[in-house]
Amino acid sequence: MEYLLTSMTFLPLLGALVVLALPRDNATLVRWTSLVATVPSLLLGLWLFENFDRSVGTMQFVERYSWIPAFNVQYIMGVDGLSVSMLLLTVLLSPLCVLASFGIEKGVKGYFALFLLLETGMLGVFAALDFFLFFIFWELMLLPMYFLIGIWGGPRREYAAIKFFLYTLIGSVLMLVAMLALYFANTPHTFDMLVLMERAPTYARGFQAWAWIALFIGFAIKIPAFPFHTWLPDAHVEAPTAISVILAGVLLKMGTYGILRVCYPIFPLATQQYAFWALAALGCWNIVYGALCAMAQKDMKSLVAYSSISHMGYVMLGMATLTPQGMNGAVLQMFNHGTVTAMLFLLVGVIYDRAHHRNIDGFGGLASVMPVYTGFVTIAFFAALGLPGLSAFISEVLVLLGTWQYSQPLAITAASAVVLTAGYMLWMLQRVWLGPVNEKYVALPDLSWREIVTLAPLAVIVIVLGVYPHAVLDLFGPTLVALGDTVSSAAPVVAQAALR
Amino acid sequence: MQAIRWIVLLPLIGAAINLTLGSRIQRSAGRAAVAVFGSGMALASFAIAVTGFMRLRTLEPESRLLVDTVLPWLHVGTLDISIAFQLDPLSAVMALVVSGVGSLIHIYSYGYMDEDPALWRFFGLLNLFLFAMLTLVLGDNILVMFVGWEGVGLCSWALIGFWYKDHANTAAANKAFLFNRIGDFAFLCGMMLLFWTLSGLGHATLVFRELGAVAPLLEGQLLWGVPVVTLVTLALFIGATGKSAQIPLYVWLPDAMAGPTPVSALIHAATMVTAGVYMVSRLHCLFSMAPVTLDVIAVTGAATALMAATIALTQNDIKKVLAYSTVSQLGYMFVALGCGAYAAGVFHLVTHAFFKACLFLGAGSVIHACHHEQDMRRMGGLRTKMPLTFWTFLISTMAIAGLPPLAGFFSKDEILWKAFQREPLLWGVGLVTAGLTAFYMFRQVFLVFFGESRAGASVEAHADHSAAGAHDDHHGHHAHEVHESAAAITLPLVLLAIGALTAGWLGIPSALGGSNLFTEWLAPVFAAGGEHHAEAHEGLELEYALMAVSVLVALGGITLAYLVYLRKSLSADTFSRIARGVPYRLSFNKYYVDEIYYGTVLAGTLALSRALGWFDKVVIDGVVNGAAASVRAVAFLGGGIDKFVVDGLVNFTAHVFDSAGGALRLVQTGNINAYVYVLLIGVTAVLMAGAW
Amino acid sequence: MSMTTVGLAHYLVVSVVLLCLGLYCVLTRRNAIGVLMGIELILNSAGINFVAVSRYGSAGFDGQVFAVFIIMLAAAESAIGLAVVLGIYRRMRAIDTSRLTTLQG
Repeated sequence: MEYLLTSMTFLPLLGALVVLALPRDNATLVRWTSLVATVPSLLLGLWLFENFDRSVGTMQFVERYSWIPAFNVQYIMGVDGLSVSMLLLTVLLSPLCVLASFGIEKGVKGYFALFLLLETGMLGVFAALDFFLFFIFWELMLLPMYFLIGIWGGPRREYAAIKFFLYTLIGSVLMLVAMLALYFANTPHTFDMLVLMERAPTYARGFQAWAWIALFIGFAIKIPAFPFHTWLPDAHVEAPTAISVILAGVLLKMGTYGILRVCYPIFPLATQQYAFWALAALGCWNIVYGALCAMAQKDMKSLVAYSSISHMGYVMLGMATLTPQGMNGAVLQMFNHGTVTAMLFLLVGVIYDRAHHRNIDGFGGLASVMPVYTGFVTIAFFAALGLPGLSAFISEVLVLLGTWQYSQPLAITAASAVVLTAGYMLWMLQRVWLGPVNEKYVALPDLSWREIVTLAPLAVIVIVLGVYPHAVLDLFGPTLVALGDTVSSAAPVVAQAALR
Repeated sequence: MQAIRWIVLLPLIGAAINLTLGSRIQRSAGRAAVAVFGSGMALASFAIAVTGFMRLRTLEPESRLLVDTVLPWLHVGTLDISIAFQLDPLSAVMALVVSGVGSLIHIYSYGYMDEDPALWRFFGLLNLFLFAMLTLVLGDNILVMFVGWEGVGLCSWALIGFWYKDHANTAAANKAFLFNRIGDFAFLCGMMLLFWTLSGLGHATLVFRELGAVAPLLEGQLLWGVPVVTLVTLALFIGATGKSAQIPLYVWLPDAMAGPTPVSALIHAATMVTAGVYMVSRLHCLFSMAPVTLDVIAVTGAATALMAATIALTQNDIKKVLAYSTVSQLGYMFVALGCGAYAAGVFHLVTHAFFKACLFLGAGSVIHACHHEQDMRRMGGLRTKMPLTFWTFLISTMAIAGLPPLAGFFSKDEILWKAFQREPLLWGVGLVTAGLTAFYMFRQVFLVFFGESRAGASVEAHADHSAAGAHDDHHGHHAHEVHESAAAITLPLVLLAIGALTAGWLGIPSALGGSNLFTEWLAPVFAAGGEHHAEAHEGLELEYALMAVSVLVALGGITLAYLVYLRKSLSADTFSRIARGVPYRLSFNKYYVDEIYYGTVLAGTLALSRALGWFDKVVIDGVVNGAAASVRAVAFLGGGIDKFVVDGLVNFTAHVFDSAGGALRLVQTGNINAYVYVLLIGVTAVLMAGAW
Repeated sequence: MSMTTVGLAHYLVVSVVLLCLGLYCVLTRRNAIGVLMGIELILNSAGINFVAVSRYGSAGFDGQVFAVFIIMLAAAESAIGLAVVLGIYRRMRAIDTSRLTTLQG
C-alpha cells in the first residue's frame, strides 16, 4: 500500500475522465459510473481506518517525491489521526452524495465530472503535507464548487456562487501570502510542512503574529466564523442538495482542519497568544449567535446553514482550550457535524425534490404523509440538538468539559445554547412535520429506496458513535495530545494552558 | 452481574423492533402482537429486576451492590466513563417501581388505545421510555444517568405529542422538552463543575459509588467565593426542578396532559417526574454537605406543594386536577429531601407512584368511557355505571388524602414529621396542603362519580377559559351508554389500588409499632450520607399528636368537599367570591405564570432572535455586499477612465493600422496561384540577393 | 566527368527538372488536386536532392533518413490536403482555385 494516499486521492479524478468519455445521452450510465468511481476511495479509506496505527501521533503512509526541484516543491502525502478522520468523512459522504444527485437532469456528465474532481480536491487537502501541494488542492476544490453552485444551483445561484468564490479567494490570497512568507523565512526555502513545524521555534514573534492572523482569516472564512459567515447561508440555499452536503459536511471542516494542521504546529506561540479571542470567544459567539439566527430563519436550508455556524463554534471553542477533552471533542465534533448535517441537508433535499420549496411555514403534518421520512428526520434533529446516546452529544459534552476547565463563563454561555438549539430544531419539526396535514401535500410519496440508502448509513453512524465514540476518538487521540503539547510547551506558557 | 443490563436492554430491543418493524407487524400479525410484544418486554424487564432484588436481599446489607459494566464509553484525559449499571437498594426500589408500574401501564394501554391505528408507535415509545428511565435509575455514573435523564425527555416529548396532528399537543410537547432542557443545562453545568473540582483534587470520577468516598474532599473548595458543593448541588437541583416540575420550571407538566392518559400516568405521574427526587437521593452525599441547597430545596418544595394545590382547587379538567396534584405531591417529596429525610422522600415517591398511577388510569378509564370527555362538569353519577373504576379511584383518593391505613398516610406523615423536626413552618405549609389535597381530590370524586349524570350539559364558557387548554375534538358523543371498561383496563387498576392500599405498610413507623422496613432497606445507601437516624423516642406523644392533626385536617377537607359538592349545603360561589374573586381568578388562571413566561422569556428570546437575524441579513451581509458594491463602483470609475483615456489611445493606434491595412488589403487577392507566384518571386529574390 | 558514369550532377539535374515541373504545375493549375500533385513533385525533387548529396557527399545516412521523413511527410500532407480539398468541395461545390477567393481582403 505504498501509493495508498495517492490512489485514494486521484482515483475519483480518473473516474471523472472516464465520465467525460461516456456518451452524453446515456445519463443512467454516467450516474452509475460516477457512483462506482467513488467506491475505490471508500474502500481504501476503510482499509486505512482498519490499518492506521492508533497508538502513535506521527505521520503515517508518507509518500515523498520531488516535484518542482527548482523551487524545492515536493509532493508529500501523509496522514495522522486528524487527517484520517477527515479523509474517512470525505470518502464516506462522497458516494452518498453521488447517490443523492441521481435526480440531477441538467448537464449530467459535467455535474458528475466536476463532483469527482471536487472529491479529489478535498481528499488532496486532507492528505497533502507540502504547503504548496496543500494550496493547489485547496484551489482545485474551489473551482468545481463554483461551477456546481453556479450552474446547478437555485434561482440566485450566480450571486451565491460568486460570493462564495470571492470570499474563498480572499482567504486563499491571505493564505498564499503567509505561505510564501513562510517559504522565504526558511533557508533553504521549503514548503515541507513537517520541516516548517520543526523550525517553529525559530520564527520571530512578530512574524508569527501576522502570519497567524492572515492564515486564521483565510481559514475562518471557510469555517465560517462570524463575521465572515454570510456566504454560507446563501451558498447553501442556492446549492443543489448534494453540494450542500459536501459544503457543510466537508468543506467547512477544512477551515478548522487548516487551523489545526497549519496554525497550531507551525505558529504555536501565536496560537497561545490569539487562541482565546480568535478561537474561544469567537467560537462561543458563533454558537449562540448562529443558534439565535437559526431561530429567525424561514427557509429550511438557511436554518440548517445557521445551525452549522452554531455547531462549528463548538469546534473552535474546543480546539482553543488545548485540553484533551476540548481538542478531542472538537475533532470529534468535526466528524459528527459532518454526518449529522449531511443528514439534515439530505432530508431537506428530499422535501425540496417533492414540493419544490423549502418554506418552513408552507408545510405541516408531513409525519402522517411520510412516516419513514419523519423517522429519519427525528433521528437527525435529535442528533443535532445533542441528545445523549447520539453522536453529537459526545462531542459537545467533551467540548463543554474541556471549556469548563479553560474558562467557566464561556462554558456556561456555550452550554446555554443547548436550550436554543432544542428550541429552533423542535420548532421547525413542529411546523413542518407535525400538526394538521397541509392539504396541498397529502399525496407526497414517502422515501424511495435510493433515498433510504443515502440516509440509513448516516443514521447508523450517528447512533453507533453515540454509544461507542472510541471508534473514531481513538484515531486522533495521540495526534491531538502531541499537538496540544507542541502548542502549550512552546516557550512562555499562557496561564490557561498551564492547567492541562 | 450481567443480568442487570438486560433490565435496561430488553425494553430497548422492544422499542427498536416496534419502532422500525412495528407497523408491518401490526398489519400482518394484528394489533395484539404489537401490544403483547411490547408488554412482554416490559414484564421481562420487571422479572429480571425482581430477581436482582432477590439477589440483593441475600447479601449482607452493607455489601448490597451489583455492578454490570457493559462497555467503556468515554476515556479522554482524566475523564473515564463506562456504560455501566448498578443495582443497590435505592436503584432496585426505583427499578421495581418503574418496570412494575410500567408493565401495568403497558397492559392498560392495550385497552385504552384500542382505536388508535399507530399502536405500534405507542408501544415502541413506551418501551423506549422504560429503557431511558431504567438507564436513569440504574446508571452507575452521572453521565449515564444523564443519558436516561434526557432520554426520558425525548420520550416524554414524543408521547405528549403522540397525537401530533393537533397543534396544541405538539406545542405542549415542545414546551415540556424545552423546560426540561433548561433544567438539563443547569444539570450539565453542575456536572462539569463537580467533575473538574474532583479532577483538580486528583479524584476525577463521576461514579456514584465512588462519590461517597471523595465527597468530603470538596469541603472548603470555593468557586467565585461560594462553596463548590453548594454551587454543584444548586445546579443539579435546578435540573431536578425541570424534570420534577418544581417552581420555577413546573409549567410544562399540566400542559403535558395533552398526551394519551397512560402516558400521563406512567411518565407524568409515576416515574419520570420523580427522576429529580431520585437524583437528589442518589447524590445525597453531596446534598448533605450543602445546607444552603437543602434549605432552598425544602422551601421550593413547600412553595410548590402549596401553590399547585391552590391551583388544583379550581380546575375543571379531570386530568389537570391530577396534574397539579402531582406537582403538589412532588413538592412534598422535595420537602422531605430538603429536610435530609431522603428515605422518606423516596418512600413517598413509591406510594405516590401507586396511587397517582391508579388515579390517572382511573381518570383514563372514565375519559375512555365518556368518549374523550375531560370536563368534570359534564360527568357525574358514574359510581354505579363503572363500579370497579369507582372503587379503585376512591381507594387511591383516600390514599392521597392521607387517610389511615392507606399508603399515603404513612409516607405523608413521615414527611410531615421530619418537616416538623426541622422547621415547624414547613410542617404548617405541608398541613395546609394536605387539607387542600383532601378537598380537591374529593371534589373530583364527588363531581365525577356521584350525583346525576351531567353528560352533554352545556358548560357556560368562562371568559378566560381558553387558558385551560387541552380541548378535545370529541365533544357531543354522549349518546352512547357509559359502561365499565375492559379487563385490560380494570386489571391494572385493581392491582394498583391494592398497591395504594398496602404499599404504605412497608414503612409503618416505629411509633405505630411497625418496623419501618422501607427505611431500613434503604439505610445502607443513606448511611454514608449521614442521614439523621436518631429517632426521637421521647417525642412519641408529639408524633401521635401530629398524626392526629393531619388526619383531622384531611377529614376536614373531605367534609368541606362533601358539603359543597354532594350535599350542596354550601355553594362553591361563596368561595369563589371571596375578596372580589381575585384569589379564585388567580387560582383558575394558574397565577398567570404561563402568560408571564410567554411575555418575558419566550417573547424576549424570539425578539432577540429576530433582531439578530435582521442584523445578520442587513448589517453583516450588508457590509459584505456594500464592500462588493464599492469595489464595483471603483471598477466603474476606473472603467470610465479606461474607456475614454486609455482605450482612446489604444483605439487611435488601432485606427492607424486599420487605415494602413485598408490600403494593403488590395494585395490579398485570395487566389492561391497568385500567392504562389509571389512566393516564388520572393524566394528567387532572396536567392539572387544572397548570390549577389 | 565521363558520360558513362552517372554522377551527382545527373541527379541534381533530374531534381531541378522535377522542381520546375512541380512549380509550373502549382502555378498554372486551377484544379486544387493538380496543385497538390505539383507539391508532390516539389517534395520528391527535394528528396532526390537529399539522397544524392548524401550518397556522393559525406558519409552517413542523414540524407536517406531525411528522404524517408519527406516521404512520410508527403503522405501526411497529401492526406490532409485532400481532406481539405474535399471539405472545400463539400462547402463550395468547387475545387477551382480561381473561384475560391473568400480570403480576399
